Amino acid sequence: MRTDITNINKQTPYTGLTEALEVYAGGTSVHFNTGDWRNNTPVYHADKCRQCLLCAPCCPDSSIPVTDGKRAGFDYDHCKGCGICAEVCPFDAMEMKAGNEV
Amino acid sequence: MSMNENTNQNTIVEAIPERMSGNEAVAYAIRQVNPDVMPAFPITPSTEIPQMVSTYISNGQLDTEFIPVESEHSAMSAAIGAEAAGARTMTATSSAGLALMWEELLLAASNRLPIALTLVNRTLSGPININCDHSDGMGARDTGWIQIYAENNQEAYDNYIQAFRIAEHKDVRLPIMICQDGFITSHAVQNLYLLPDEAVKDFVGTYEPEEYLLKPHQPMALGPYSETDYVMEAKKNQLDAMNRSRQVILDVADEFAQMSGRSYGFFEEYRTDDADYIMLLMGSAAGTAKDAVDELREAGIKAGVIKLRVFRPFPEKELAKALSGCKACAILDRCESYNGNSGVLGSEVTAGLYRAGVQIRTLNRIYGLGGRDFTVDSAKSVFEELTNWMDGGEEPLQNEYIGLRR
Repeated sequence: MRTDITNINKQTPYTGLTEALEVYAGGTSVHFNTGDWRNNTPVYHADKCRQCLLCAPCCPDSSIPVTDGKRAGFDYDHCKGCGICAEVCPFDAMEMKAGNEV
Repeated sequence: MSMNENTNQNTIVEAIPERMSGNEAVAYAIRQVNPDVMPAFPITPSTEIPQMVSTYISNGQLDTEFIPVESEHSAMSAAIGAEAAGARTMTATSSAGLALMWEELLLAASNRLPIALTLVNRTLSGPININCDHSDGMGARDTGWIQIYAENNQEAYDNYIQAFRIAEHKDVRLPIMICQDGFITSHAVQNLYLLPDEAVKDFVGTYEPEEYLLKPHQPMALGPYSETDYVMEAKKNQLDAMNRSRQVILDVADEFAQMSGRSYGFFEEYRTDDADYIMLLMGSAAGTAKDAVDELREAGIKAGVIKLRVFRPFPEKELAKALSGCKACAILDRCESYNGNSGVLGSEVTAGLYRAGVQIRTLNRIYGLGGRDFTVDSAKSVFEELTNWMDGGEEPLQNEYIGLRR
């Protein structure tokens, strides 16, 4: 029988964990907020952006959401601040600033 | 090497007399088990196993998916992927091949994947050598795999048929190594009794894992990153599973005995009932030691042999009890551990004796490295050291090599 893994936390005794730490669900990486690893933070300048969408597929963490063929800001919960987006943008629509703050 | 006591009487299924090398016997068992997937890369002396399995597949006698991988690292990676997907998976290797699997061995165990690996024991270089010793298996002793060793071809065959039942048991779910001595049993042809195909098929059964990656409409992730807060709890669960395998190994052996008439436990005791002097060892050399014991018994010396079969989990308490009645035990290791005191068995058995409060004397000896012969005279020379010691002689030096040129 599958355990409800949402009930498992850092206070759960070892007998309450799943065998092999199996995760009984799909798409669970969204719950892991890797954004708090960030040392540098991308800033989006909408006025310079031409919506060429080069940046979105280059993001290793899918942290540039695209809706109806257009990007907006960032998913800062998951952006690790690698800076690839700012590097690939032909229009300087993104720049990196020091620190984790948005 | 002596045959197991084996008769056609009292067995449920027909015993088919045959003569085969150890590799042939294991390949034959694989054909009978018919696992779903076998990724493998050839390495002496286990090469014949994937080769023979490939022949079975080419001849249409086996529908196992054989994956010819580019290395043993890939072989174990593919085995992990296949087993996680829900397929009954096995592979074969030796020596450096097992060493190249190292990283994946631990993952197979921590991901609780009941892969069966047939290990044909060969020394790890260097000096570069292709012959038998146990340094490959002993090197993998802390990877979380169950390890079962064979004295002869019959045991290699029988152990293999029991492997999946042990590994896949819901209380266990751990990978298993079925080990035999390179060349000594893998290439030497011996008489053995085979089981009928149907009997093996019925005994092993169909693999029906509760959870697997390809389970329809039941998404699952395996092998997630674990923060510090979870690692020790996960390890403890893994250890508990290894400990639970003790009973499963015995239960499966009982069931196997009912089918085949051949009994197995954690270890075999040969003429130990009233023995003053016991030699404890693993693998093919146990047969040689039994011959030495027979000769010594003729001469009135109460000698016996304990042949360890199940090395992981280690039957510490049972061994201590079995040794509690003797005066002295020679513990023989077919690998060097470089701790300067004893080999792996020497250390683990004496630790068990100490914890159990069994106050017998132990003598550790290293033998058979790189395929060096271990003869009846070799075994008798060790028993002689024990008897001289117990007759008031000086304690022999520990951790000496048997048959070393001086």
